[in-house]
Amino acid sequence: MRKIVLEKIDLLFEAISNTMSLYLPVDQNDGKAAYTKWEEGKKWSEALNTVKSPKDFFFPQTEDMMEFKVEGKNIEVIDTRKASEDFVVFGVRACDVKAFDILDKVFLVDPCDSYYATKREHGIIVAVACNKPSETCFCSAFGIDAADPKADVSAWKTENELYLQANTEKGEKLLKALENVTEEATEEKVTEQKEQIAKIMKKLPLADLDTSKFGGGKTDEFFNSPEWEELSESCLGCGTCTFVCPTCQCYDIKDFNTGNGVIRYRCWDSCMYSDFTRMAHGNNRNSQKERFRQRFMHKLVYYPENNEGIFGCVGCGRCVSRCPISMNIVKVMKNLGGKENE
Amino acid sequence: MQKITKEMLIDKATELLNNGTVSLVLGWKKGEYDYDVTPGVFESVEELKKDFVFGDFSAANLSKYLVKKTEKLEGKILVFLKPCDTYSFNQLLTEHRFDREKVYAVGVQCDGMVDIEKVKKIAGDGILSVDCNGEDIVVKTLYNDDMTIAKADVLAERCANCKSKKHVAYDELLGESGEVIDSNRFDEVEKLEKMTADERFAFWQNELSKCIRCNACRDACPACTCEKCVFNNPNSGVENKSPANSFEEKLFHIIRAYHVAGRCTDCGECSRVCPQNIPLHLLNRKFIKDINEFYGEYQAGAEVGSRAPLVDYTLNDLEPGEVFDRGDENA
Ligand code: SF4
Ligand code: SF4
Ligand code: SF4
Ligand code: SF4
Repeated sequence: MRKIVLEKIDLLFEAISNTMSLYLPVDQNDGKAAYTKWEEGKKWSEALNTVKSPKDFFFPQTEDMMEFKVEGKNIEVIDTRKASEDFVVFGVRACDVKAFDILDKVFLVDPCDSYYATKREHGIIVAVACNKPSETCFCSAFGIDAADPKADVSAWKTENELYLQANTEKGEKLLKALENVTEEATEEKVTEQKEQIAKIMKKLPLADLDTSKFGGGKTDEFFNSPEWEELSESCLGCGTCTFVCPTCQCYDIKDFNTGNGVIRYRCWDSCMYSDFTRMAHGNNRNSQKERFRQRFMHKLVYYPENNEGIFGCVGCGRCVSRCPISMNIVKVMKNLGGKENE
Repeated sequence: MQKITKEMLIDKATELLNNGTVSLVLGWKKGEYDYDVTPGVFESVEELKKDFVFGDFSAANLSKYLVKKTEKLEGKILVFLKPCDTYSFNQLLTEHRFDREKVYAVGVQCDGMVDIEKVKKIAGDGILSVDCNGEDIVVKTLYNDDMTIAKADVLAERCANCKSKKHVAYDELLGESGEVIDSNRFDEVEKLEKMTADERFAFWQNELSKCIRCNACRDACPACTCEKCVFNNPNSGVENKSPANSFEEKLFHIIRAYHVAGRCTDCGECSRVCPQNIPLHLLNRKFIKDINEFYGEYQAGAEVGSRAPLVDYTLNDLEPGEVFDRGDENA
């Protein structure tokens, strides 16, 4: 285990930046944090988490896939994939780290998504334990330990120091390269910190959120639940929940007319939108209730059904805090059968 | 001024349900915490008793829901409207978006809504409870001692710059209706006007580059009630879900601002719902300010049926050349 005093944390950032790009949460002018490329003067945010999740690094909101140039009768197909270079995403929370696993199960299975895979190969994740979880956090409901985030490197922030522990080959390589700015450390402070966090986790308002009712094979039980009507009645269909969510993975592929050709790109889609999975015969989800139901059934039933029982939500709380009408997965879980366990 | 409590609203709704005036109630439902209130429909007194809330977090403007909720409605729906909401209500009526006969509107006195983000900035994260008692707000959190905050310090932007405490539409009032206020709502716009074109461009570039095109601003906006928005219509050629490039991203907001110009009542919903805290209200207020200066004071929704200056013609109207010259001055 290595450590660095927080006062000198910029030395660490500088050392990483010397060899590759480093991204970390930085406060914006509205006081909210967003992943930003580090350069001198940028300060690591104190905020618990970013508004937008770090999934953008591997699955960007928009991404060019290929380009077609038309000249007379010839169409040239251009591969727009760039060779990716190594980069570091620093300060990722345990929930968001787990979200990468969920995305991996979608993008890295056969047929493997090469756009995603390349970035994933080159990305090095430094996760940081959460000292002050928010009232909207419920990662523990999904078995995630906010005190012990497992990424290439795990980190803990104590009062004056940052402790770093490598968990993978990539992580070891990174810490090795940082030996000049860090020093050898023992685990005591980290153990203390973990205990401290564990105590707080028990006090969170959503600490007892029950997931046992959900999982694969529950489609029949919940699909026609009468509660969907009320839960979705004021949903605006805006898709904020899907765009801030670290695990929402749906995308659309579109063509952009450049005048003498086409750029084919993909962009995030949202099951909350009226043209989501629209087909030649029309749409199979015509009401907002059906679209709303899709989002939550996907996270709580369909995804686990196809992925050994793993849920498609990591409890990051982003949809809880950002939905314009304050409707979210927690309210859905409590009302669709979690109620008696409150 | 008397304090309006949720019990008073529940009593009113109960009375109107029981005497058959209305069959449904459009109001606010309580959430997991004290601040995450959801708009919702109530069908019975039991439902009201269980979930109805009204307080400093009943920020959502309910008027737009009337479009959908009255579509197939037999009888009437009761809606509670804060003063700013009544302007949206009138504007929707001006645009024939719902049938006035199907609605029973109760105007509710408003002392301003609280912005939970501002509370968190002062009290910190990990909110356990927020107790609003008139002037003061007591906040309990996981990490700090209980804190008492002055409500004035955590008012939502639109409430700190409230343009009117007057209800411009209602069948009945709960509490008092106030006056149109000479607010400071154009101060920020003036600051932007004083910038050079480059500074202003940089300001908006920085703000709009945060946009994730979730469309919450449009979806919450009571002036955006097109059955199918051009940006959602795959056949329109401009449909898009994501900020594909920065050009598109900026155009979306400018097109939207133009589309609602003269119809935007400055209810503030767009800025309230934006997950990226983009000050969208400043775009709309710029239009409102210009309209006021060029065509005389005009407040969308102040009365039903008024013609907005941009869709009206009078002999005194500004010549296009004057607008052109002004563009030059600001370049
Ligand atoms: S649940 Fe909330 S964030 Fe999601 S689409 Fe509906 S209104 Fe928007
Ligand atoms: S559904 Fe909500 S809480 Fe769950 S991972 Fe997505 S944004 Fe986070
Ligand atoms: S959900 Fe858990 S891991 Fe995520 S920010 Fe909150 S406490 Fe940390
Ligand atoms: S609500 Fe905000 S982030 Fe969403 S589309 Fe509007 S401006 Fe963009």
